[in-house]
This record gives sequence, structure tokens and C-alpha cells, in this order.
Amino acid sequence: MRLSRKISGWLVFLVILHAIVIFAGFFAPYDPTEQDRKSPYLPPMRLHFVDAQGHFHARPFVYSWKVREGTFDQYDEDAARLVPLQFLVRGASHRLLGLLPSRLHLFGAENERIYLLGSDSYGRDQLSRFLYGGQVSLFAGLLGAGITVFLGLVVGSVAGYFGGWRDDLLMRISELFLALPWLYLLFALRAFVPLAVSPLQAFFLIIAVVGAVGWARPARLVRGVVLSAKERDFVRAARGFGATDGYLLRRHILPQASSVLLTQAAILVPQFVLAEMTLSFLGLGVPEPVPSWGNLLSTLQQYSVLVSYWWMYLPALLIVPFFLGYLGLGSGLQKSEEPEKMERNALGALRDGV
Amino acid sequence: MRYFLRRLRHAVFLLIGVSLLAFVFTALAPGNYFDEMRLNPQIAPETITALRTQYELDRPMPIRYAHWVISVLHGDLGFSFAYNSPVAPLLLVRARNTLLLTVTAMLLAWGIALPLGIWSAEHLGRLPDRLVSWGTAALLVIPDLALALGLLVLAVKSGRFPTGGMVSLNFESHSLPGKAYDLLLHMVLPIAALVLSVLPLLVRHVRAAMVEVLDAPFLLAAEGHGIPRRTLLYLYALPAAANPLISLFGFSIGTLLSGSLLIEVVMSWPGLGPFLLEAILARDLYVVIGGVLLSTLFLVGGNFLADLLLFWADPRIRTEMQA
Repeated sequence: MRLSRKISGWLVFLVILHAIVIFAGFFAPYDPTEQDRKSPYLPPMRLHFVDAQGHFHARPFVYSWKVREGTFDQYDEDAARLVPLQFLVRGASHRLLGLLPSRLHLFGAENERIYLLGSDSYGRDQLSRFLYGGQVSLFAGLLGAGITVFLGLVVGSVAGYFGGWRDDLLMRISELFLALPWLYLLFALRAFVPLAVSPLQAFFLIIAVVGAVGWARPARLVRGVVLSAKERDFVRAARGFGATDGYLLRRHILPQASSVLLTQAAILVPQFVLAEMTLSFLGLGVPEPVPSWGNLLSTLQQYSVLVSYWWMYLPALLIVPFFLGYLGLGSGLQKSEEPEKMERNALGALRDGV
Repeated sequence: MRYFLRRLRHAVFLLIGVSLLAFVFTALAPGNYFDEMRLNPQIAPETITALRTQYELDRPMPIRYAHWVISVLHGDLGFSFAYNSPVAPLLLVRARNTLLLTVTAMLLAWGIALPLGIWSAEHLGRLPDRLVSWGTAALLVIPDLALALGLLVLAVKSGRFPTGGMVSLNFESHSLPGKAYDLLLHMVLPIAALVLSVLPLLVRHVRAAMVEVLDAPFLLAAEGHGIPRRTLLYLYALPAAANPLISLFGFSIGTLLSGSLLIEVVMSWPGLGPFLLEAILARDLYVVIGGVLLSTLFLVGGNFLADLLLFWADPRIRTEMQA
């Protein structure tokens, strides 16, 4: 499939965003679980270029917060303590790609912790937690979508190619899965697996659950493609030459389903990221202290946090570009796949349930 | 009529399938409601065994399923371990609250989506159309969770709306209109979140369906006869564009039910959402199964309603069915 300019634009955008998350160790100033109990719920520090005396600094700086008199969690900017940002500094050790040990960070400050997105109840840096949390949420979404598309491919090609009772059985089951509202299905599946698990187990559990939820739609799409493809003349010709079922499927039929599957994957990833977020938000997913986009937002379930610390909401806004990227990619792929149906499908598919 | 009987049979099979599926998963799942009790030294192991026997958790799956089906036929939907009561009455109260939310949101969303989509299609490619498509795109890229939480943050900042529950603490002291007003005020936020989350999908489909129809020659003819613009759009074009929209109507029920589940938890609305979440955390299996079954029932009901509408709206389908 030829990539149009629009699609490659969205791809580049997504690759950049994902690179930032993959290299969270470098882009995040701190370790996501590192606590600073002395400064809970610090508001985000604003980047300044001009100080209180009106002098311009080429190097951006922040003012550190000081506790307001008579309170314990209200802060004011401390104009006396100007903290310049340092770039490419050495800080907390981390592993790039989970392999390369490194201490290098994009930015940081000497003798002072800086919180560009504020801190949470334990004084952990929200920005670092957001970036590391993306590793959990995005990859849960990506792997989940991968599993779903694979399941859909297998089920759809078996149903479409072999037909008969297999087709009937599989399609009846897929109707079951399509009939349920997806969040109920997710809840139900989650209800039947253990609750108290380690973060890593929880991560794979979520991927499995999420991946098992959505296979019905891609399966039906693949089935449709296979049904029409297996009657094409060149497929019949190949069969006439004695090609085996496996060879026919692999060489001639399934390649025709690739664009459908790609489009489905692009649509499914944000849905599954959202599914992970929902589960973790509700406390059914990845547990603390490991950050994920869902459990990052779950503090907002406490009324006191909602009232007093609005910046705990900021991660929700930072998620939007990721969704934008996938949505743009999905609709771009859809347009290139079926230009005549474009109007009807444009973007709408996102909310068509998993 | 034959057609509807077939639909009914299909729906029954679907419900049986869903319940079977749920049961198979239960049988595969490790752990149950009474496992936590084992950790408690004050409860004798015999007591737990007795409880397990009482609730038949030690019986094989097919027998449990058979008993559960009997209980469903009695209108009990199984037994809740945590509440020590049949599931159905517990579920129905919550389902009523959920339906109050979803049905209102549904009506409101369609009430907004139809004029907006038509307006957008009417001005295809011009400023109103572009405004609408930018607006829906913006709503589309904000995840539901972020949307609901954002509304909550705004509501707290403004202090104008209650941000949790269904009624105020002093609800009983109000007169009837006062009660209605109090309930309405509590409904504003969850309904806003629900409506905003389904709106882009609906508007885009309405627009697409209308765009297809607006080019039709019969509309040009009608315009030539001097029929007013509004009559033309709503009484001539809209019915012609209605078919895919009616199917979408049945479909949007599922989306709304899912959305409602999450938003109820976020806004602490006492509906199925928080109830099911609690049941999952407590491993109160029959409640979970009952909830899933009920949601399927809603969905099937909604699709059935959509079929009826389609039947009523499109003479072609009517004759096809009778033939």
C-alpha cells in the first residue's frame, strides 16, 4: 500500500510521541517512584525567562515553592530562590529501552527538585510519572491491539476459508462478543481473573483481557475479505495448480486483508489504551507504585484532590495528542482503503465499540 | 410478524449464550467470595466449607448453571453473597438509575445531533460545516475518562453543580418540585459527559446520511415547487436518510451503556457502574453475571426497538417482510 503524505505525516507524529515515551528515562527528570515526602501536592512550576527584577535570562528558570504561612499544603513562589534549568544533566539512574544503564537526563536542576507538572501526594514528580506511565498504557494498548488483530485474523480466515459449521459456530460466538457493551464485557472478564496480582502480572493480565474483548469485529472484516478473495480467479488458478490451503491463505488471500487489519489496528490502539486507563483508574488494573495513565488520574476520585489540586488533571490533557495521532492515522488509512465510503466512516469508527 | 418472532428467538439464544459464556469463565476463574474468609483466623474452616456447600460453590459447573437458570426463571437472578439477598431486586434499583441517565442522555444527544448534523450537511464545505467537523473532531480526541474528569474539575471550580450522588442529603425534606429540581441538578454533569461522548459519532453519521440524500433529484423538484427550506430538510430529506440512522440508534445504546458505567463511577451516580465495580472487587459472581446479562438485555431491547422503528419508517422493509 502506498503511503499518502497525510498518513506518513501522522506516522511521524506518532513515532515522535512514542519515542518520548520509550525513552522516558531520558526525558523524565526523575524516577517515577522516587518520593519527596516534604513536598506533597506541589503546584506545577512555571518556566520563567524574566526574573523579579526584570532581568532577562537566556536559560529558563523556575522559582521554588515555599509553604504559605499558617498552611501545610498551600505554596507561594519563592522569589529569592531562583532555580535555573540544567540541560543534559546526570541524575537518577535508569535503563534506556530497559537495557542500557544511563544517568543522563534531558533536564534537571542542581540541589533542588523541579516539578513542571506538580507533584502527587507522595511528592513524586507528575511529569516523570506521566512519561513512564505511557510505557505501561501505550504498550498495553499496542500489544492488546496486536493480540486482537491476530485473533481476528485467525478466526476470520478459518471462518471465511473453510466455511460450513466452523463458519457458523465462530460467527455465532462473535455475535455474542459484539452484542455486549464493551465495558461490561471488560468488567466481566476482569471479574473472573485474580484481583491481587503484581504490577507485571497485572500488565499482562490487562493485555490478555483487553486483547480478548475486541476480536469479533476484525474477525468479521477478515472473513468478508477472505470470502471474496477465495473466489478470485488467480486464487482459483493457484488452487488448480495444486496449491495447499496453507499456501493459498498465506500467499494469496491474507495479503488482501492486510490493509483492513492495519486500519483496524490503528482504530483499536487508542480504544485499548482507554480500556487500560479505565481499568487502572477503577483500581482493576496496574497497581501503585507503578505509574500508568489510568492510576495517575485515579487520585481525582477523591473529592479533596479534585477541589484543591486541579493540576492532577493535567496528565489527562497530555494524553490528547496521542489520541489525536491515532485518530488521524486511522481515518487516513480508512480513506485510502475505501475512498467512496470515507464520508460515512470518517473518524466515526472510534466509538463504534470495540 | 414472522420476522419479529425470529428476532425474538435470536435474542433468547443470545441471552443464553452470554450467560453460558459468563458461567464458563466463572468455572475457569481461580478464587471466590469465600477465599478471603480463609485468611481470617476467627472463622473456622468448617464454616467456610458449610457456606460453600450452602451456596453450591463446590458443585460442578453444569449443576450450578441449571440451578442458576431456575433462579432466573423465578425472577431472582441468583444470589448475592455480599448482600445476602437475591440479585434481581438489588440490580433493578441500580438499573433504574442507570436507565434514567442513559435514556435522558440518549434523547438529548439525538435531539442535538439531528439539527446539528442537518445544519452541517446543508452548508456542506462552508463555514458551519467546518465548525461542526472541527468541534466533533475535538470531542473525539478527548478520551471519555478525561472528558468526565474535566467536567468534574470545571464543576468544582465553578461550584455551580453538585458533583456526586443522585440527590442531596436533605432530599427528603424537599417538596415534590424541589425533589425534581434537586435530582435534575445532580443529573446535569453525568448527562453532559455522556452526551458529549456520543455526540461526535451521531453528528457525523447524521451529516453523512444527509449529504447523501441532499443531492437527490426529488429534493430539487420539491424545492422547485416552492416548499419551504425547513420542511424540505426535516420532512422530505430526513426520512429518506433515516435508515442508517435508525440502525445507529440501536447501536448507540451499547455505547451509552458502556460510557454510563464509567461516568457513574467517576461522578458517583448510584447506578450499575459502582455496583458492578464493588461486586467485582468482592468476587460477588452472580451480581456480575446478572449485570452483564441485564446490559445485554438492554442492548437487545434497543436493537429490537430500532428494528420496529425501521419497520415503521421504511415501507420497502415492510413489504419485504410480508412477502
